[in-house]
Parts: sequence; C-alpha cells; structure tokens
Amino acid sequence: MKTFGGPVLFLDRADINTDEIIPAKYLTEITKQDLKPYILEDLKLDGFDPKGPKTKNARVVVSRANFGCGSSREHAPWVFEVNDITAVVAESFARIFRQNMFNCGMAAIELPKADLDLIFSHGNDADASMSIDIEAQTLTMSGGGKQKSFSFELSPFDKALVMAGGWVDYADTKY
Amino acid sequence: MGKTTAEKIFAAHLVDEPFSGTKVLRLDVVLCHEITTPIAIDDLIVRGKDRVFDATKIKAVIDHVTPSKDSKTATQAKILRDWARRQGIKDFFDVGANGVCHALFPEKGFIRPGNTVIMGDSHTCTHGAFGAFAAGVGTTDLEVGILKGVCAFREPKTIRVNVNGVLPKGVYAKDVVLTLIGQIGVNGATDRVLEFRGSTIDTMTMESRMTLCNMAIEAGGTSGICMPDMTTVEYLWPFTQGEFASKQAALADYQQWCSDSDASYEQTIEIDAAQLVPVATYNYKPDQVKPVTEFTDNKVDQIYLGSCTNGRLEDLRIAAQILKGRKLADNVRGILSPATPKIYRDAMKEGLIDIFLDAGFCVTNSTCGACLGMSNGVLADGEVCASTTNRNFNGRMGKGGMVHLMSPATAAATAIEGKIADPRPYL
Repeated sequence: MKTFGGPVLFLDRADINTDEIIPAKYLTEITKQDLKPYILEDLKLDGFDPKGPKTKNARVVVSRANFGCGSSREHAPWVFEVNDITAVVAESFARIFRQNMFNCGMAAIELPKADLDLIFSHGNDADASMSIDIEAQTLTMSGGGKQKSFSFELSPFDKALVMAGGWVDYADTKY
Repeated sequence: MGKTTAEKIFAAHLVDEPFSGTKVLRLDVVLCHEITTPIAIDDLIVRGKDRVFDATKIKAVIDHVTPSKDSKTATQAKILRDWARRQGIKDFFDVGANGVCHALFPEKGFIRPGNTVIMGDSHTCTHGAFGAFAAGVGTTDLEVGILKGVCAFREPKTIRVNVNGVLPKGVYAKDVVLTLIGQIGVNGATDRVLEFRGSTIDTMTMESRMTLCNMAIEAGGTSGICMPDMTTVEYLWPFTQGEFASKQAALADYQQWCSDSDASYEQTIEIDAAQLVPVATYNYKPDQVKPVTEFTDNKVDQIYLGSCTNGRLEDLRIAAQILKGRKLADNVRGILSPATPKIYRDAMKEGLIDIFLDAGFCVTNSTCGACLGMSNGVLADGEVCASTTNRNFNGRMGKGGMVHLMSPATAAATAIEGKIADPRPYL
C-alpha cells in the first residue's frame, strides 16, 4: 500500500482538466517514468510554476470542483505517481480520473467546500502539510502552527482498491 | 417501477456487486487504440498475463497518430499491431483501413443495442447512440477489460433530455449538445447517463445521434444514450440481416432495451428545438457557449473539419453545401480529415472532396491528429482554430492555441469569412 501525505500543492481552481495535468503530446511516452518532467505543464494559474519547488516537493494536491475532467488518460494519475503525489483532495472529481486514481491504488478524496476553504487557508504556509489515514477515513491539515482534522467519505470498493494496491490483481483473483 | 435503458443494461450484465453501490458488468465490446492500450499490454506482459478474455469481442485501431509521425508513435503502433496478431484479434485496423475509432467501429456494425462497451478513450460515450451503455475508462480498467471481460461501475443515475420540435435552418446536433452543456455545465452530468429523447432525436440520423452522445463526456456524463428505433435498425441492417428474419423483428428485439414509460429519472431537461440557434464556444471550457451572432470580429487562423464528433459523411455534406463555389478567406487555412476511409471514399464519389480542394482545404487521411494537438494541424502559440471537434481546453490543439467548437456548417461559414460566422445566410 502506498503512503499518503506530505507537503501540499494548492491548485485553487475548478475544472482542472487532464490536458492541463499532462498534455496529449506526451502521451506517446511508453513508460510512466518518462512522463515525470511534464507534470501540470499546461496549467495556467496565478503564482503556479509547474517546475517550481512547491510542485517538486508536493505529495498531495488540493483543488476544487470537477478535478481531472476531460480526457480519460490514466497518464494524469501516473504523472502524479511518478512525482510522488499519491493523493488528490478536491470538492469533486470527474468520474474517469477518480476511478483511475483508485485503480492505481492512489486516493481521490472528496471534501465539502467549507472544509476545502479551511484547507486552502493554509495556501501561503511554507510548511503546509497533510496526513491522510485511509483506514480511518480522516485527514489532518497542518501549517503555520495550526492543525485541523477532517473526516471523509470513501466507497468500500474504492477503499478495497487502495488496500489491494489497485484493480488488476483484485479483478484477476476474483473474476 | 419501470427501468431506464441504462438500468436494463446494468441488470442484464451484472456479474457481481462486491460492495453496495459498485456493480461489476460483463462486457460485450472492448475497444482499443494505440495511445492508451500499449501500457496495458506491457503491464499484462510484466504480470505474466499476456492474454485476452475473448479475441472476437476486442476491436483495435491505430487512429490517434497515423501514419506514425516519429519513433515513439511508431513504437506505440507496433505494440498494438504485434499484440493484435499475437492474440488473434481479427478486427484490427491498421494503416490503410484505419479511421477515428468512434466513427470507424460503429461503421463496422460492432456496437448493438443493449451492449456494454468500454474503451480507454473518453469519447466512448458516442456509442450510446445505438442504445448501448458505452463508457470511457482509463488504462487499468481497459487492462482488466482485456484480461477478464469485466468492468466495475457505480451505477449511474439517468438525466432525461427531451428535445422536441424541428431544428431551425443552420442548427444541428452539435448546436443542441453545445447548448445543453452550456446549460448544465462541464460537470452537470458527472456519474450520470444523458438519455436523449423527443421528436427531434427521433428524426435524427445515427450520425447526428452519435454527435450528441459523443459530447456527453463534456458535461461529465458516463454515457449518452438514444433509444434504438427503425433508424438504428436500418443503420445496422447490412450487418444484422443474417440475424433477424426482418427489420421489424430486429426492431422488436432492440426495443427491449428502450426505457420503460414509467422509468424514473433523476432530472428531466426540456429543450425546444425551434428556439435553438447556431452556437460556438468561447474561452477554454466546453460549457462556455454563446450564439454565433454574439461573436464580433473573432478572427481565426485555421478551420478544422473532422474528429469523432463531426467528421462523418453527413458533416462533410453540410460543410460542402456551404463551401461549394467559395474559397477560404485569405487569413485562414483549412484542414479536412474525413473520419474513416469509407467516409473519405463516399465523399470523393459524391464530389465533396473536390469542393473542399477547390475551396483551398488540405484533405488529410483519417486520424484524430489535430483534435488533441498530436499531428496534422497543430496550432502555434496565439493561433485560433474554428473546429468541429469536442474540446476547447487551453492548449488542446497546440500549446498557446485557442479552439472554438462549432458545427460543420458554422465552421464552413467561418472558413469563408475568416472570422466566426453565422451559417444561416449561406443555406
């Protein structure tokens, strides 16, 4: 099982699509590792630098509604994975991206807007960090000397996929 | 309580419900292309599971970058080609026979009412036009589909979209679906099926229904769905006449999949066809839609006609009708990619290709190419494209490029004027 948590990358915008996460021109790469330098390359957001230290150090992405919309490309979860980002926390997800995350044994966690507003209030904390406990379905946001915990919903199937490390082995054993 | 089409298909294909809310379905058709399948193939090899659940139910095509443009895309094509041969997948479409997947596979008669269909491609929802449940998935779901013939879903709720009345001149399926997306937003149908009903849909061709269902994903929808009817039967008849005694018999069989009259819907949206106007997108999201008459002096650099949304024969006929005897404006270049070789050939026989060439268009082979900024018409930074495709995301057709989505008629009028234009004066 992967570990979830660490420094947070804040992407404060709704409808971030998978073309922004990994542009189509890089879908010709055959290995996941080759995607690594191109993370979030086409995302235009004030103050965001895809090559900056915040992106490099991040282990969790926090964003708004409808994260991962557009193309079905699993290269979007993969480019996070090879950059050691294994969880995305958002108000809502596009269906395919959400399933792709769990299918890879990673986490796509939905929180209500009010909770996300509190989490985004740490956006300027240099030490903003999150720890995620999948089993207990809680996450803790800390930074700037403050700390707060939130509980989240997780479907039993998605939880089982995270625990199993993904869908392929799960399905091949069972079906 | 009656059932919707999606509920009927789910009930008929249910293999397992491992947890409340998760349904594992048996798959009738697994579609593959060379961008999202090779990593699944390589992973199956690494896992020692290089096999397929049923080679007759897997269909594969090289379509996104074809013919290959460089070593990497050639490698992707080769992985798919070698795998299809190794696994005995007979319905594999290589250079010369290949076209845009969501135009090619229906044209071959592979999708039937009541089917479950997946593909590692978000526009798989197109195939719901046949009364199927068709969902785009990622590579891992595709890999499991190839290996085991199953896929897990949260059962989607259904939004019923009633479109009634006669579409005014210059208004097409693309305008209907863009207007709908503009209303409900880019996540208005997430985890939902969009079921298209009403007299406007009843009189639409299969091509137009595919255009509608194709864009369901742009509102977040899992699948678009249209009710199978005699139009569906007629479209599939070249492939099904050995299976049924008559078209009436085929219709009776297909209609078992139609939603029951007492089915319940999460929401019903009413659209009055007579009130619709030609529209186009502005900015970078497919729900940013406004009437073409509200665009003033929006100059474009390129016209793109093609894709799984609007690259079919009907689309080419509509554009050609407007372009006949006219020329591209001086400031624009035009690119046409007929979506399949059959469409290309039919368009040639009808004299449509001559019309496009005379107007100054470049006619390319059938490929997804420019739609996702891969090849055959990528934009430069700062350039603007009027396009019959499905996504106007920032950089979609090339870094720094801008895309306006529209119908083939609006794209043709725009080609002539060099700026976003109303097609109605040309009809």
